[in-house]
Amino acid sequence: MTGTGVEGIVGRVVVSRTDFTLDVDVEVRPGEVVAVLGPNGAGKSTLLRAVCGLTPLTLGSLTLGGVVVDDPARDVLVASSERGVGLVFQDYRLFPHLSVLDNVAFGPRSAGRSRSQSRADAVAWVERLRLTALVDRRPHELSGGQSQRVALARALASSPTALLLDEPTAALDATTRLDVRRDLRDHLHQFAGPTLLVTHDPLDALVLADRIVVLEHGTTTQSGLALDIARRPATPYVATLLGLNLIRGRAHDGDVTVDGGGMLHVADRTLAGDVLVAVRPAAISLHTAQPEGSARNVWPGVVDGVEPLGDRVRLTVTGAPTVLVDVTAGAVAELEVRPGDAVWLSAKATELEVYPG
Amino acid sequence: MRRALPFVAALAALALTACGSSSGATTTPGTPASSGSSSAAGPITVFAASSLKESFTAIGAAFEAANPGTKVTFNFGASSTLATQITQKAPADVFASASQKTMDTVTTAGAAASSTVFAVNTMEIATPASPAVPVASLADLARPGVKVVICQKDVPCGAAAQKLFTQNNLTVTPVSEEVDVKAVLSKVVLGEADAGIVYVTDVKAAGAKVVGVVIPKDQNVTTKYPIAPITASTNAITAKAFVDYVLSPVGQQVLAAAGFTSP
Amino acid sequence: MTRRDRSSAAPPWPVALPAALSLLFLGLPLLALLIKAPWGRLWSILTSPTSLQALRLSLETASAATVLAFIVGVPLAWVLARAEFPGRRLARALVTVPLVLPPVVGGIALLLAFGRRGIVGQYLDSCCGITLPFTTAGVVVAEAFVAMPFLVITVEGALRGLDTRFEDAAATLGASRLGVFRRVTLPLILPSLAAGGVLTFARALGEFGATITFAGNLPGVTQTLPLAVYVGLEGDPSEAVALSLVLLAVSVIVLVALRDKWLRAGAAS
Repeated sequence: MTGTGVEGIVGRVVVSRTDFTLDVDVEVRPGEVVAVLGPNGAGKSTLLRAVCGLTPLTLGSLTLGGVVVDDPARDVLVASSERGVGLVFQDYRLFPHLSVLDNVAFGPRSAGRSRSQSRADAVAWVERLRLTALVDRRPHELSGGQSQRVALARALASSPTALLLDEPTAALDATTRLDVRRDLRDHLHQFAGPTLLVTHDPLDALVLADRIVVLEHGTTTQSGLALDIARRPATPYVATLLGLNLIRGRAHDGDVTVDGGGMLHVADRTLAGDVLVAVRPAAISLHTAQPEGSARNVWPGVVDGVEPLGDRVRLTVTGAPTVLVDVTAGAVAELEVRPGDAVWLSAKATELEVYPG
Repeated sequence: MRRALPFVAALAALALTACGSSSGATTTPGTPASSGSSSAAGPITVFAASSLKESFTAIGAAFEAANPGTKVTFNFGASSTLATQITQKAPADVFASASQKTMDTVTTAGAAASSTVFAVNTMEIATPASPAVPVASLADLARPGVKVVICQKDVPCGAAAQKLFTQNNLTVTPVSEEVDVKAVLSKVVLGEADAGIVYVTDVKAAGAKVVGVVIPKDQNVTTKYPIAPITASTNAITAKAFVDYVLSPVGQQVLAAAGFTSP
Repeated sequence: MTRRDRSSAAPPWPVALPAALSLLFLGLPLLALLIKAPWGRLWSILTSPTSLQALRLSLETASAATVLAFIVGVPLAWVLARAEFPGRRLARALVTVPLVLPPVVGGIALLLAFGRRGIVGQYLDSCCGITLPFTTAGVVVAEAFVAMPFLVITVEGALRGLDTRFEDAAATLGASRLGVFRRVTLPLILPSLAAGGVLTFARALGEFGATITFAGNLPGVTQTLPLAVYVGLEGDPSEAVALSLVLLAVSVIVLVALRDKWLRAGAAS
């Protein structure tokens, strides 16, 4: 009962837990990647388990690929094994008694394909995820990044109509995380069905997803495009979490040519090619006139939005590049900054973090 | 305990008369009248064949009553097992066996000096109170479909059963060879066996629980029961006194009531 | 002043002494068995028809009892570990009863249940002509009764310890419940199944009280090796010792095999 995948993941997921109730509206279109971002205990894993069928809904309903898979009111509940949803677990859960190849082949094998056919399917995925050298290894012989790729290959090999990922980079160390995120983005964008991932890491959401849904304590507090959420955070959590500028560009010897115009100078001269430049809004200084000084990055802009956030104000400044800038309320008052004003921005090269992207 | 009651009653009366006569010289065959059943004191352990259970328990109680200060503890079991234990220096003071053969192993090993036959037993067929299969004679045991249980061949009652069959030219295939005669009896009582070869004393002791089928004298085998005090006994006086008591009219009366015949 | 020797792994004497004594306590009787064995006549005793018969019967019935234990015991272990139902704790307690029950008592209980006059046995007899006492099948039943709890408890423990993570993963990959059991659960509890099976076999092999009480004692039909040893004591004690050596040897082999399984299970997890 996997349907045609035409309508993606749609529904209202209500699951009662002992300490809170999860109540979320879900909509992921085929080909779309939606990240559910939230702190630990917000209900993210519960949401995934409900979508893939490991936890039944208390209320609401869930449709996958046009087929109703869970509707408590009408007593409809399709088992996990029949939903065609691939789930990449946070702890990977590779079967310890099977080799990498047999792990990846598990899905096709369970679907009834012969051992040789399943293995052939598995080999194709193994090659696509560059795991060929590891086919005979056992899970306990793999590194974190390798395990993650195997888990992804295994989920994809079962020909799912929807893909779910639980904290895809949480179990990895910092350096591996960067490589994995980039790889993952490519694979996710190649996947034709809807992808729903949950994470507490904002970079995961920003790098991997098309849309973000912020989940706090069981309910959606905000959803939309990354930039929109960052520009107008609805809660302090969102403000802190997504208070980050991510700028795409091409690096060469410490100079980053920004997509859409502009040039940024970064401290790391070793990187070349596509990169992501991250700079906190609080690290960018606002000036009413072109500043002097040591900051290597100085550029003009126009104030587009002013958003008070409790103890500070977040300004959206259009320019090359467009960025969010956090300043104190006092500074705004003192500089008499209003939407439409021309301003100058400066950021030290050392405040810019660059990632291969 | 119900079965022992008639014996206890019988010898309670006898014991009273024995105690009553102040200068009681108990006549024990072959031994001088001892001035001292009063010299018998302390505990003894009597190893006795399973088939002696009811009668010896009664005799033991009577002995203790007649000799205050004594304590008789019994170890009942298959004579062959007991003989093995005794030759392995188990702490026995008296050995009463159901076969001369097992007694011989004890005397040959030097654990006892000599033995005296104190009773004779014969075999009987025990059948369940409400039998599933009718058994009326020894020949019936050879019929197919009859579940016959006997003792294991190294045990005296098992040897007797085998002799019974060969003597009467019967081919009997038992379904089980139990380790002692009481185990045979319990299989019959439980209704698992259609017939068991046990001693007449066992049938009598079992009362209403089994129905006995008498084996005619000309077909039957007899078993002699010897008794002997153990040389290594730590209480030789009391041990000898007990042996004498068994051989005395008092003891013999109890044995007769149980179904034994005198030697 | 005494200096503690940091490099030595020797246990302190308040521990070492009782340990050595208990080793002696356990080892001495076995050593005595070896020393007092009739080595000269050993071969002739062990190859005599009664001995070979008893050995073969023992191996056959213990194997059959182990297989029976697997067939009915593994599903029971599953139910006890995974299913929720009223009276589950009672059921689990029931499973452990044969472990603490004196085997002879077990034999009597089996007679009262499955004997000719037993509450179930009487119907078995009248309807289908099946009688268990005095048969080899009865031996298998008696052995299975005392040995099965070992298997059930071992496997139940393994199933409990195996958290459902892998089974969840398998379900999301499309495996049916049977598929999950065959492809994931079973392979993962295989070491425990093996260990449980070995324990069950060993227990079944050594069973005496329930066998002799329920099935009786007849060479070739119900006289297993432990019964032959006991009976041998009545005739020729040295023969009993010789047969005991066989049981001792089998036990040692079983324990060595078990130890390997435990070690491998520990390494894999």
